[in-house]
Amino acid sequence: MARAVTTQRKAINTAFAWGVGLLIFFPILWTILTSFKTEAQAISDPPVFLFFDWTLENYAVVQERSDYMRFLWNSIIIAGGSTILGVIIAVPAAWSMAFVPSPRTKDILLWMLSTKMLPAVGVLYPIYLLFIKLGWLDTQIGLVIVLMLINLPIIVWMLYTYFKEIPGEILEAARMDGATLKSEILYVLTPMAVPGIASTLLLNVILAWNEAFWTLNLTAAKAAPLTAFIASYSSPEGLFYAKLSAASVMAIAPILIMGWFSQKQLVRGLTFGAVK
Amino acid sequence: MATQHSRSAARLMMAPAVFLLLVWMLVPLSMTLWFSFRKYLPLRGGDLGWAGFDNYVRFVTSSAFWPSVMTTLIIVGGVLIITVVFGVLLAMLLDQPMWGQGVVRILVIAPFFVMPTVSALVWKNMFMDPTNGLFAHLWKFFGAEPVSWLSQASLESIIMIVSWQWLPFATLILLTAIQSLDSSQLEAAEIDGAKPVSRFYHIILPHLGRAITIVVLIQTIFLLSIFAEIFVTTGGAFGTKTLTYLIFQRVLESQNIGLGSAGGVYAIILANIVALFLMRIVGKNLDT
Amino acid sequence: MTLKGAFFAASALVSVSATALTAEVLTIATVNNGDMIRMQGLTADFTEKTGHEVNWVTLEENVLRQRVTTDVTTKGGSFDIMTIGMYETPIWGANGWLVPLDDLSEGYDVDDILPAMRNGLSHDGTLYAAPFYGESSMIMYRTDLMEAAGLEMPDAPTWEFIREAAVAMTDRDAEINGICLRGKAGWGEGGALITVIANSFGARWFDENWTPQFDQPEWADALNFYVGLMNDAGPPGYATNGFNENLSLFQQGKCGMWIDATVAASFVTNPDDSTVADKVGFALAPNHEGVEKRANWLWAWALGIPAGTQKEAAAKEFIEWATSKDYIELVAANEGWANVPPGARTSLYENPEYQKVPFAQKTLDSILAADPNNPTVDPVPYVGVQFVAIPEYAGIATDVSQEFSAVYAGQQTVAEALEKAQALTIDAMEAAGY
Repeated sequence: MARAVTTQRKAINTAFAWGVGLLIFFPILWTILTSFKTEAQAISDPPVFLFFDWTLENYAVVQERSDYMRFLWNSIIIAGGSTILGVIIAVPAAWSMAFVPSPRTKDILLWMLSTKMLPAVGVLYPIYLLFIKLGWLDTQIGLVIVLMLINLPIIVWMLYTYFKEIPGEILEAARMDGATLKSEILYVLTPMAVPGIASTLLLNVILAWNEAFWTLNLTAAKAAPLTAFIASYSSPEGLFYAKLSAASVMAIAPILIMGWFSQKQLVRGLTFGAVK
Repeated sequence: MATQHSRSAARLMMAPAVFLLLVWMLVPLSMTLWFSFRKYLPLRGGDLGWAGFDNYVRFVTSSAFWPSVMTTLIIVGGVLIITVVFGVLLAMLLDQPMWGQGVVRILVIAPFFVMPTVSALVWKNMFMDPTNGLFAHLWKFFGAEPVSWLSQASLESIIMIVSWQWLPFATLILLTAIQSLDSSQLEAAEIDGAKPVSRFYHIILPHLGRAITIVVLIQTIFLLSIFAEIFVTTGGAFGTKTLTYLIFQRVLESQNIGLGSAGGVYAIILANIVALFLMRIVGKNLDT
Repeated sequence: MTLKGAFFAASALVSVSATALTAEVLTIATVNNGDMIRMQGLTADFTEKTGHEVNWVTLEENVLRQRVTTDVTTKGGSFDIMTIGMYETPIWGANGWLVPLDDLSEGYDVDDILPAMRNGLSHDGTLYAAPFYGESSMIMYRTDLMEAAGLEMPDAPTWEFIREAAVAMTDRDAEINGICLRGKAGWGEGGALITVIANSFGARWFDENWTPQFDQPEWADALNFYVGLMNDAGPPGYATNGFNENLSLFQQGKCGMWIDATVAASFVTNPDDSTVADKVGFALAPNHEGVEKRANWLWAWALGIPAGTQKEAAAKEFIEWATSKDYIELVAANEGWANVPPGARTSLYENPEYQKVPFAQKTLDSILAADPNNPTVDPVPYVGVQFVAIPEYAGIATDVSQEFSAVYAGQQTVAEALEKAQALTIDAMEAAGY
């Protein structure tokens, strides 16, 4: 699509897009800046933007008060584990829905999505009691399973729409050549589906990372992820903007960095079948 | 051609996902249904017996019920409108040739990576605080009286916070859709002398229909259950109590599991009504 | 002694010493208040003395409350010690969810705990949680602004004087508000303050038959007074201000007076955080002219052990450590006397070192002025000053305080709010079977 564009037009586009982009990004930028201020500077009137005494004190205080690495590790295990487990279960389901559709396929898909509509807090007690019975309270495995179930419908749907884009003729050809079901999936489908699976993984890691109801309510000390870490900084006594900012940056930085590095995959695959 | 063999294989492959979701749905759902007919007060000794439809009647006749349904719909609707409208505009902007497109795209999608709790805390304290918030400083700078956002414009503020979080998602999906638009079609229209506005309405928007449907559907599922944004900012005061929040109050603050469970059943019904409604309006686009 | 008997005795001995020697890892849920954060920093001292280690679960107050309540009602066993308040303790104790603290060691000196705190944390005379710190409410005011206004704060002022002083101190252009008070919805936030104000106007939550009393004139008087005062002399957006917001306003020098928890005294007088540290005076919480009761509340953050924990012995050791006289000495040695956890022990207030702390005596006087059994003028069927110690209260009072906050934000009138409060309280009390 080599449309001729004047430099002037491009400059205007650039300026406008950068303006909008920075505006949207500003709250995050401001949080990052505030995390390097002292508490007094964080609320100074008028606010200081860049010209303050940069300090790492807040990060030191936060690290000293809570063992950041433990929370981070739990977040990684829970978000990563639930996503991988979810994809393992979802790939066969999505495959069969996409390539061997039955009249009920659409109903099953919509039903799966509808399981997400049960308000979490309404079932807190039932789930909590269940977790006690199973001994899953404050364990990584318990949260991995719950978050996997929460996101499974989205995973199935994303993969399904992605698999549907793969032309059926290729499969036919493979089958003609005598490929078994196993090799069909392994050698024909999977390579074609990798971008879709990658973006599914990414999206669900984000969703699981940010899930704040179950991860907070089903954990105590051992399995608590970064959402619980944030809950100990949210409104303490006294001035807290700078420390809250530091804790916030620590909580979102890993996922933000991951997202930035993989945004191409995310953009490519995040279609939900929206592109025909 | 789907053979009998591949059909049964397909069923087998679908089984784990379907089975797990069935369990995940049925176990809590049946427990919720069971509790909703019980007088279940943990602080008064637990399960105190059969309650009939008392919980259902009490939940729906409480003065907070209908306002909470309205609040839920306003928040969901408001966020959907904002994210779709601005998402389309933003997607079109990002599709234009420019320098540093990748960086701008990163800036725009960043809010999606922020935990709801964190974004609510940041907005509440560092932007909307009537004394120390950045908005208050900005207002004062222009000689205006600072606004108490979370009490005077509570619903608008929450819609804004949530929209900020979901705009990147809408933009991303719409952007992928726009990029798949055949540019020769647009060029042809341009040569035919079609005005930008009419090009937008007759070519771009129809092409985006399907993507908009997806955005609306997925976001609705998530928006119906937003919680952290309200819990952190207003705690349900100033008319920001959604149905989810009302259930939270009944279950965790009033410690009335029976009443909360009845509320949960209503919430499921509401969600399904909304879903049906959505299918009617936009379902045509979703011929999968 | 038979052989069998000897064997049992021996094995009992072994098991006793075994439990004493086993180093446990305790999981403790606590709130992210300054004194608790300090306690976390001193955990090493506990580990050194007993060998037990501690995993802290530090949460913001509202999250903590929902977390520990869910766990204790379902007997989840996630925590070995929970930080709870004066509201939860008697209710949970009555339900048998807490381990009675009736066998604390001699050296702990349980009789040293202030009687008001001990009563508030007991059920049927048995202590169920040990106070880590206790508080009442009092007036903190700026001595310089008071002087500039040409007024002098009495030791025990009336609301009428507070209003006069607040208006006199207010200087909107300089961003000085005569008075900062909580308005934030939530039973433990604005709900607590408006309840003690109501008490000091002679209002009550329920009459002896558990009939809600929001239709009585005392409530209207109290609420109208509060709204009038805040509109004339309060900060903008006070409807969303809680303890923290007001604390930072006061520390920034934007409040003439602040009526809130006595523990705030050590924060506002701490020169590290407060710009007005050397200009703060203290006075008893006010009363309405002609009403004997003052706006004093009574609260304690306390440590309790949920029944069913496997680590009861170690948990008790921790509680004895954290709420002991030695712990107070430890904090004093590390951080100075002004920063020790206040309001829990009589001996602290007899300590000549602590008596030098400017707010010590006023804190004690305020705590002693609060009476949970007679919170207001007329008799009530409940226990509790700024709350009603029944399980339904938290839910009801949160709804009620949300109606009140809507008044503060100018979204409805006092009369409308009281009418709604009355209706929803009646409804909730019916649901609870009163």
